[in-house]
Amino acid sequence: MELFNLAIRSIFIDNMVFAYFLGMCSFLAVSKKVSTALGLGAAVIFVLSVTVPVNWLLNEFILKEGALAFLGEQFATIDLTFLRFIMFIAVIAAMVQLVEMIIEKFAPALYGSLGIFLPLIAVNCAILGGSLFMAGRDYTLAEAAVYGAGSGTGFFLAIVALAAIREKLKYSNVPNGLKGLGITMLITGLMGIAFMSFMGIDL
Amino acid sequence: MKFLRDLLDKQKPLFHKGGKLENLYYLYEAGETFLFTPNHTTNPRGAQIRDAIDLKRMMITVVIAMIPCLLFGIYNTGNMHYLAVGEAADFGDKFLLGAILVLPIVLVSYAAGGLVEAIFAVVRKHPINEGFLVTGMLIPLVVPATIPLWQVALATIFAVVIAKEVFGGTGMNILNVAMTARAFLYFAYPMQISGDQVWTYVGDKMPVDGFSGATALAVAYQAGQEGVTATSALASHNAGIMDDMFSFANMFFGFIPGSIGETSTLMALIGAAILILTGVASWKIIASAFGGAWLMGFVLELLAVNEYMAMPAHYHLVMGGIAFGIVFMATDPVSASQTETGKWIYGFMIGVLTVIIRVTNPAYPEGIMLAVLFMNVFAPLIDHYVVQANKKRRLQRATV
Repeated sequence: MELFNLAIRSIFIDNMVFAYFLGMCSFLAVSKKVSTALGLGAAVIFVLSVTVPVNWLLNEFILKEGALAFLGEQFATIDLTFLRFIMFIAVIAAMVQLVEMIIEKFAPALYGSLGIFLPLIAVNCAILGGSLFMAGRDYTLAEAAVYGAGSGTGFFLAIVALAAIREKLKYSNVPNGLKGLGITMLITGLMGIAFMSFMGIDL
Repeated sequence: MKFLRDLLDKQKPLFHKGGKLENLYYLYEAGETFLFTPNHTTNPRGAQIRDAIDLKRMMITVVIAMIPCLLFGIYNTGNMHYLAVGEAADFGDKFLLGAILVLPIVLVSYAAGGLVEAIFAVVRKHPINEGFLVTGMLIPLVVPATIPLWQVALATIFAVVIAKEVFGGTGMNILNVAMTARAFLYFAYPMQISGDQVWTYVGDKMPVDGFSGATALAVAYQAGQEGVTATSALASHNAGIMDDMFSFANMFFGFIPGSIGETSTLMALIGAAILILTGVASWKIIASAFGGAWLMGFVLELLAVNEYMAMPAHYHLVMGGIAFGIVFMATDPVSASQTETGKWIYGFMIGVLTVIIRVTNPAYPEGIMLAVLFMNVFAPLIDHYVVQANKKRRLQRATV
């Protein structure tokens, strides 16, 4: 039940995009078409649900203060938390490389339409944010796995909904100055209001 | 009539191409078509693309459907005031006081919305239409009678600019404009639009001892927290001042505190009947939203973790603004789902989410506002998948 609550919380209440405004660059840039957004969203779900538990292991057994105690007495006081950023990013970058190769092999069309934003998932702040939130909130391994998948799903929902809205927007008559990113920013804000419906729910 | 027609015809050349006031053509056009049936139908590339009737007639129908709610809201505002201060008053007094409180809000909302609309129409050269008559009427009906007028103006301007005009005007927005206005007020000025004090106008007088202006939703939520049976907490609320204030019948007819136009489920249903008979609103959305709310209420009743959840499911349908929101907000033909299957899903989810937010979220006693906005955001996605599924099905049927 706890894990289920955590999943709901990470998808809707603590939504990566609308509660923390993380991962904005790809959220705004790759949301022109539903099919592309779907691909990126799925890639983010995959990367998040793999990297968060892997980073949990890394954090728990190497980086945390006293984590190296299993090597011997003299290592018990070592605190490697200052290495968190670089280690987490290394894991994420490796994972993104893997995803990139898989997509290139099995869905070349999607690979083409994602373009530069696929390798850029590595520096998508939602991904690193997921790992850092995990470390900061002292999750267990199971919680970390659920949290990773949940916040990925939250991002997925947000970007696919935005893409559908932007497809519909083709029939709108947006002022010239606001076309493109300007109106997308406004839509993001309005979507944020809609997602406020879940804030404050205490699970 | 003849006099008006002559007057308009005389001015016409001024506004046409080459005339002195060419730039203000759309203001003239708005005035003319407001008074007389235009002798042309709206441009086929316009917003009413989904129906053959003119956009103006459609919007006016919605305004007419809201009149029962408005009249009852005016009466109930006065009614609640005299109840709170403990004075006897006849129907005329109540209605008069209500009119003094409510009509300025309507006027301010119309003036602010109309002004913004006119500026945008002149600058961006799009026709003014009755869309703002609908929005301008909806906004007063979803705010409490005690709201400061400047907030009404601010919210209207915000909603018309940010939720409508930046997308190109009527028919192109993604969120319901009136709901955006209310959400803006809710998050920007929560003091004036939530709590127990704002729903009943007291003025300079002293409320009667023991009178509480809490809404039915707040009372029921409180009951859930304290472990009192929700129905009995509702029934005994304000005992002695008005016995059985929150009985099912009272909540259905609307003699309860709340936003101006939202209290009466009956009046909303009369509006629904007008909208459905004229084909303006989708009965599918209305039916599935009520169904979704009842079903979710029923599921919670079975789970019954606290007393609020254990409340009979049909109470959810008459409490708060759910009927008003479903009838006038959820069915907004622009921001709702466009596909027929999508309408079922969209309406159903609105009902379900409303009850979930009500019961689980302590921050919002009423869920319909955010449920409608949330589903507005997802309506294009629902449509997308309904269309894709339809394409797939038809491709399978195709034999080439």
